[in-house]
Amino acid sequence: MSNRFFKKIVGGTNEFERTPVPEQSLKGSRSFLGMYAGEHTAGTEFVIGPLFVAHGVSAGDLVFGLLIGNLLAVLSWALITAPIATAKRMTLYYQLERIAGKNVVRWYNLVNALMFCFLAGSMIAVSATAVGIPFDLEMPTLADWFPRTAGWVVTVLLLGAVVTLVAIQGYSQVSKFANVMSPWMILIFFSAAIVGLSQLGVGSAESLVTVAREVIWNGVPLPGMSRFSVWHVIFFAWFCNMAMHIGMSDLTILRYAKSWTSGFAVFAGVYLGHFVAWIASGVLYAVFLQANSGSQEFAPGPIAYQTLGIAGAVCVVIAGWTTANPTIYRAGLALQGIFPKVATWKITAVVGGITSLAACFPALVMKLLDFVALYGLLLMPMGAVIFADFYFSEKMGFRSEGALSSKSDFSLPAFLSWVLTLVFCLGLNLFYGVEIFFLGLPGWFVAVAIFVILSKVKYPIAKSLAA
Amino acid sequence: MKNILKIVSFAGLVLSIVPPVLLFLGKLEMDPMKLWMGVGMVAWMVTAPFWINKSSQQSQ
Repeated sequence: MSNRFFKKIVGGTNEFERTPVPEQSLKGSRSFLGMYAGEHTAGTEFVIGPLFVAHGVSAGDLVFGLLIGNLLAVLSWALITAPIATAKRMTLYYQLERIAGKNVVRWYNLVNALMFCFLAGSMIAVSATAVGIPFDLEMPTLADWFPRTAGWVVTVLLLGAVVTLVAIQGYSQVSKFANVMSPWMILIFFSAAIVGLSQLGVGSAESLVTVAREVIWNGVPLPGMSRFSVWHVIFFAWFCNMAMHIGMSDLTILRYAKSWTSGFAVFAGVYLGHFVAWIASGVLYAVFLQANSGSQEFAPGPIAYQTLGIAGAVCVVIAGWTTANPTIYRAGLALQGIFPKVATWKITAVVGGITSLAACFPALVMKLLDFVALYGLLLMPMGAVIFADFYFSEKMGFRSEGALSSKSDFSLPAFLSWVLTLVFCLGLNLFYGVEIFFLGLPGWFVAVAIFVILSKVKYPIAKSLAA
Repeated sequence: MKNILKIVSFAGLVLSIVPPVLLFLGKLEMDPMKLWMGVGMVAWMVTAPFWINKSSQQSQ
């Protein structure tokens, strides 16, 4: 990953916040390969892989589901996000401001910041499970929503304070550190799979298949967990980064790409992070379950420590921390969009406080799959709005970038597309029992349809112009 | 000096992946594997910061 490139993207000193990225600042696909590989091999991977095991995914469903789901994710980035990013070359926020207006973007920023806080909180909790090992801290279990002990709360709050203090110093140092640790962390995931398989008695290709089917992903969920099918795996792998691809957050990153084909570079991230790392962390958890039969404890730190020793525990701390830190920083930036006159450090401190409090609740880790799906779902309609505005405004006869063209700070079509889509998804969930993982796809089409219909009413192209 | 640092860093990565492979092949026990992986981690952490970010900044 090119450090300065990444700083430009997430840092506050962005040079092209309200102008298209100029020709001389464009980057080739190699820059995106490294960046995506690092970004998608993170602390969340230590939780998602084991949760698939806990949800009783079968081995065949997992491999097939991850291959298909990740392919769909790559195609979403490459065919939906990247073409718009390289055509417009604007940040998500500025693009959204031109379409939806400043007031809608403020609400979007608020939701985004809150989601970032909770995500960072879950990562602090993950790090705390490793930090607590030398202190013999009682770890959370799969059924826990609330902290079990005062020791857990103290550990998480202390860790949160350290992470927040570092985040207040800015993004640069942690970005450099994450940059350094990325190749090592990727190797640790590979090592985890190798050691785990060895401990489960795999010695040949034949035994690998048998152990995978009968021991690791045996299709039986742990007590209290729902069973996941191949569809869960496909849709989760596809939509776990929904905010980034069809939600268009990565317009901000891919606007630097020389060609839209750089969108395919994300395959390095999803197939290393969301394939190898999820499988590896699942293997680690299976080893833990074999050694601690009937245990409900769910703590990535001890799980990695048991199999890989100190290197495993340190990897969990670093993975959690290097994910939490930029996430807190991004949350701060999103909030600064709402309160531009408040000093950055004050906003980061508030965000860090919210994050640390959220981290005290193990529910964020135990329900990470649901939370990640919810996070993407909440932000996705705005991506659909950008997509519809880009592709359908001319064809369907409404003005592109409605807020800008009408000199308004509030676009009703964009706002209603967002709200009504979420109401529609909530209705599907409440009345038809559709699980959260499957709501994104119908929701995206609904958001596009609502935006197109309302834009035709609100921002019609004058007949003389249309002719 | 930079080349020496790179060699130590590379050795750190090798020590992070080769001991698990040796364990898998039955050529190494669990405890020495964990020890060597810890040594590899320290080797990488101590040396890589001195050249990774610097080379990426130079490439800008």
